[in-house]
Amino acid sequence: MIDTTVDLPGLQLKNPVMPASGCFGFGREFAQFYDLSHLGAIIIKAATATKRFGNPTPRVAETASGMLNAIGLQNPGVDTIIKEELPFLETYQTPIIANVAGSAMEDYEEVAAKLGDSMVSALELNISCPNVKEGGVQFGVDPELAYSVTKRVKQASDKPLYVKLSPNVTDVVTMAKAVEDAGADGLSMINTLTGMRIDPAARKPIIANQTGGLSGPAIKPVAIRMIHQVRQAVNLPIIGMGGIETTDDIIEYLLAGASAVAVGSANFKNPYICKELIDQLPDALAAYGFDSVKDVIGGVHL
Amino acid sequence: MQREWMTIVTHRSIASQTYLLELQGSLPQFVETPGQFVHIQVSDEYFLRRPVSIADVDEERGTFTLLYKVMGKGTAALTQKQVGEKLDVLGPSGTGFPIEELTTEKALLIGGGIGVPPLYYLAKNLRERGIEVTSVLGFRSSEDAFYIDKFQKLGEVHVATNDGSLGTRGFVTDVIPQVVSYDTYFSCGPTVMLKGVKEQLKDVPGYISIEERMGCGVGACFACVVECAEDGDAKGYRKICSDGPVFRPEEVIL
Repeated sequence: MIDTTVDLPGLQLKNPVMPASGCFGFGREFAQFYDLSHLGAIIIKAATATKRFGNPTPRVAETASGMLNAIGLQNPGVDTIIKEELPFLETYQTPIIANVAGSAMEDYEEVAAKLGDSMVSALELNISCPNVKEGGVQFGVDPELAYSVTKRVKQASDKPLYVKLSPNVTDVVTMAKAVEDAGADGLSMINTLTGMRIDPAARKPIIANQTGGLSGPAIKPVAIRMIHQVRQAVNLPIIGMGGIETTDDIIEYLLAGASAVAVGSANFKNPYICKELIDQLPDALAAYGFDSVKDVIGGVHL
Repeated sequence: MQREWMTIVTHRSIASQTYLLELQGSLPQFVETPGQFVHIQVSDEYFLRRPVSIADVDEERGTFTLLYKVMGKGTAALTQKQVGEKLDVLGPSGTGFPIEELTTEKALLIGGGIGVPPLYYLAKNLRERGIEVTSVLGFRSSEDAFYIDKFQKLGEVHVATNDGSLGTRGFVTDVIPQVVSYDTYFSCGPTVMLKGVKEQLKDVPGYISIEERMGCGVGACFACVVECAEDGDAKGYRKICSDGPVFRPEEVIL
């Protein structure tokens, strides 16, 4: 019997697989495909203090081995999410991680405080969305701002806090250390890489926002490298994400140093993907001689 | 909505860069309304699925017919799929024309280009309910035109082409005034055409079907949203893939 459980701050996971924020809405749409109680956890779509419409369309474009998106943090606002979305998710036996986003320091504090009083198990601090002009990513590329926002959000809520790091930095380790010093309980990495595509016939960017966040298998090697680097330098558990589509991908992330993984845009290709990976994971671990998920974490031989 | 590997039973070109794809499996029995679509995975090479509207359903054969236009590399790759091959299909998706709720007696169907296909299955459904159908079909040129004879079997048809190579030279909005009698309109086509139709027929009740680049196609990713036109609407938006693609024209801002 393969032990797939993982214990992280605030999260007792029956398996290490969860859908990534923004790729799973608030779960409702995927509940028609399988029982969400199978999931290790669910990271819900970003919440902001007030409702946001997001960016103009088109908001997505295909790329080699991935896609660009610039949704722009569209969401109904934290109050509506707590009132109308969380009760549905509460009916499942799965911990919920709420993604906290904002433009200014005070927005982050407000959202975190409100979610701190809700039933969610943990918060994911989104300081890395590349698709909103005001705020957001600036907190994720400046170590001092990342330190401040992490510290203030920690004070605003008692929930364990996972800070989602941006790959759009020169040195991700500096960022990881800054949020560790500020009291983060874990890391979530990586968010999307900023990219752009142009339609040759129209001579215009395909995405209305001009740039978007690159996700999918194209970014997996970048994520693996960054997680490996950060794992050597900080003591925080890492939820790894970026292009996961197979159980081998999951094992690769665990070996690099992730303690759990999130599946993002693969949910768009195959809405059953998380359930399928969870079902396949024990055999995949056994095939490589592992007895448990915990055996794999950080186990890369150098 | 389900995912199924469906078998290709027909696949052929029917107009310039336009193909007819008939797929067999269990999904056709779940089609609820005309205007719904399916989301096709062309191959592993193409990351995103392609939304294609359902042009016809044959319950006896267990098939539905999809008409698609080559728009880029993904749809070009789709043309290479052979009869007998299987295709990864998710669907039926979306909310189509509310066929059960209609009090229509005389319907005006307005289709532009690759927006024409879902109107064919709609036209058949309307006729089954004894509703008169007049169709206005717009194409770039005669080479791009398809299904005109099939629409003619269901009612009066007016054609517009941009270059005048077939029917009236111009757009569907140039032809609509020729139609004398209708009480409701149903339209699908490029957004610019829908805008023109909405403006021209602002005093007529109608339904429009919108196209947009999609991500998940199940309503989770918020890639294909459209602004809601109704004051005080709690959400302020509609998801094209799940709330739509069919909307009342007054419900959305095009």
